[in-house]
Amino acid sequence: MLADILTSLFPHGHDVVLEEGLLAGHGKRPNGDALIVVGVDGRLPVGIEQAAWLSRKVLDAIEAGGNEPILVLIDSDSQRMSKRDELLGISEFLAHLGKCLIYADRKGHATIGLLYGHTAAGAFIATALATRTLVALPGAEPAVMDLPSMSRVTKLSLEVLQEKAKSTPVFAPGLDNLAQTGAVATVLDPGQSLADQLEGLLIASASAQPDTRDLLGKKRKGRPKAADIAERVYELARASV
Amino acid sequence: MNTKVSSSAAYEMSARLAASWYEASARQRLAGLLDESSFEEFIGPEQRETSPHLAQFDLPEQFDDGMIVGRGRLNGERVLVAAQEGRFMGGAFGEVHGAKLTGLLRAAREIGSVPVLILFDTGGVRLQEANAGELAIAEIMLALIDARLAGVPVIGLIGGRAGCYGGGSLIAGCCSALAVSEQGRISVSGPEVIETNRGVEEFDSKDRALVWRTMGGKHRRLVGGAEVFVDDTMASFRDAATYLIQHSPALDASMLEAEQSRLEQRTKRFGHLEDALDIWQSMGARDAQAIPGMAYEDFVVLADQLEEPRHDAR
Amino acid sequence: MEKLNYRHVAASRAKGEKHQAVVGVVASGNLEVLVERSLPERECEVDIRTAAEGFGEVWQAVVADFVERRSPGGLKFSINDGGARPDMVALRLAQAARAVEGEPV
Repeated sequence: MLADILTSLFPHGHDVVLEEGLLAGHGKRPNGDALIVVGVDGRLPVGIEQAAWLSRKVLDAIEAGGNEPILVLIDSDSQRMSKRDELLGISEFLAHLGKCLIYADRKGHATIGLLYGHTAAGAFIATALATRTLVALPGAEPAVMDLPSMSRVTKLSLEVLQEKAKSTPVFAPGLDNLAQTGAVATVLDPGQSLADQLEGLLIASASAQPDTRDLLGKKRKGRPKAADIAERVYELARASV
Repeated sequence: MNTKVSSSAAYEMSARLAASWYEASARQRLAGLLDESSFEEFIGPEQRETSPHLAQFDLPEQFDDGMIVGRGRLNGERVLVAAQEGRFMGGAFGEVHGAKLTGLLRAAREIGSVPVLILFDTGGVRLQEANAGELAIAEIMLALIDARLAGVPVIGLIGGRAGCYGGGSLIAGCCSALAVSEQGRISVSGPEVIETNRGVEEFDSKDRALVWRTMGGKHRRLVGGAEVFVDDTMASFRDAATYLIQHSPALDASMLEAEQSRLEQRTKRFGHLEDALDIWQSMGARDAQAIPGMAYEDFVVLADQLEEPRHDAR
Repeated sequence: MEKLNYRHVAASRAKGEKHQAVVGVVASGNLEVLVERSLPERECEVDIRTAAEGFGEVWQAVVADFVERRSPGGLKFSINDGGARPDMVALRLAQAARAVEGEPV
């Protein structure tokens, strides 16, 4: 599936290599320009080694200068859950990865996330949600937490959660919900050329814009208050100092 | 008469500054941290901007949704502040809660000259609003980095009952610097989550000593997860905040490279070790077992002695 | 969730000039009280949202007792309750009144 996605994204060629569930390389855009690719495949949990490997690739792009966009392909599990990862401070590794992606974006490498599989929790935040524009393929399954786990933690039955999920997109897993809340900008059409759709996204996101995911969430009725609250605090803070 | 009044006021002030950070509410922490009567809240509780999602779960709301933002002064200097109430819904990030911090950080970037203090006390994302909470965390991280790129120090203070878990720990990792007390914990996956997913042999969430050795303030200070270890008092947090604002290096490519190196080194040095005790021993602590029980002053001295390389890359 | 509301006549105006205060936290066994000086001087109102249903009579008694003792004229108390016991409710109401009257809480 990944191979097909890469071929559809880069009909003019790519050198992306998959190594123990992690992706890196370059793809060619229609005009011959290069695009940097990093990612996680095969629903791999993101542990400290994976996070450090990915952030190294992003730093390489920053060090090399230039302004190639960075495409982040995602089919991961959540962060790796283990005593060892926490002992060694996985929060710092994931934060660092997010920082590198955000920094790269702010310094001329527009970042695009393409979610084609799963992602969850801390891995979701450090990869997909750390990009300027996040898109997905149909069938992608982003989640904060799976419903059975949510049921255990909240002490609400799975049936109750499933029922409530029918009337609000604000907590349950799923692409539609994450689109409605403003996280996912667009769902791509696998029936059309992914290369064309990617090119359209790159052109549209070519210049850095403010983060408008909260406005998108408001428009799509997934997050009715976030944009307004943030705006009000912003205005009050600016007026106060 | 005057002497009596002023010594009583002085007594009250020193009692205030000696008060426990851990036991305090978010509002009490702000009162203890900032200069007296300097705090001005943005969207206070009288605005009643509560969560639009809790009612359908039959859960009570809080007027400030567990996040207090505003401005104040620290030793006369202006600061922007955000404080989480760890006892309301575990201090977890909901839609309104998160949006307040997002707006504050976006303003900080525009203002450029006023530092931000984030008083973390959070279990992570509020599950009843999971998608909104997760997105809020991503938006906060972006706004925080933008503020740092504009030269704004963003200092994290960690020492509350809920700790700094989940997405909160990722935000903390984006701060310019962190101060943590013994009571503080920083971790992405919480003890119960690790145990549920991987079994009690992997992590016994009921073993408090294990939790604190693995995620607690002392370990984070030693392994480089936080810059400063503080005592559980308002005064200690105040001093740390003041110090860290002054010692907040810029965020640039060389800082990110330094952090990459620091994290890779950590994995290399300690990645094969089983437990925090082994890590501390490997760092040169002669009596690792004694560290959890060490008093504040003694621990600070030890941490400064063991520290190598310097942890100033964040 | 249950909503309750009580209006009383107060013997006198609450002291001081502070316009509002907030005490407490919404958590199990706890409650938040927002107090605002927003009513005519001899009126008092207590507006409650509580997770613990069916305790209307207890609330009524606690509130009536508080108004009697404290004369919180002009004050509106808005409560978000996480299931606190009557003594905790009485404590928070008293703290809120002291806070808005400018006394140490």
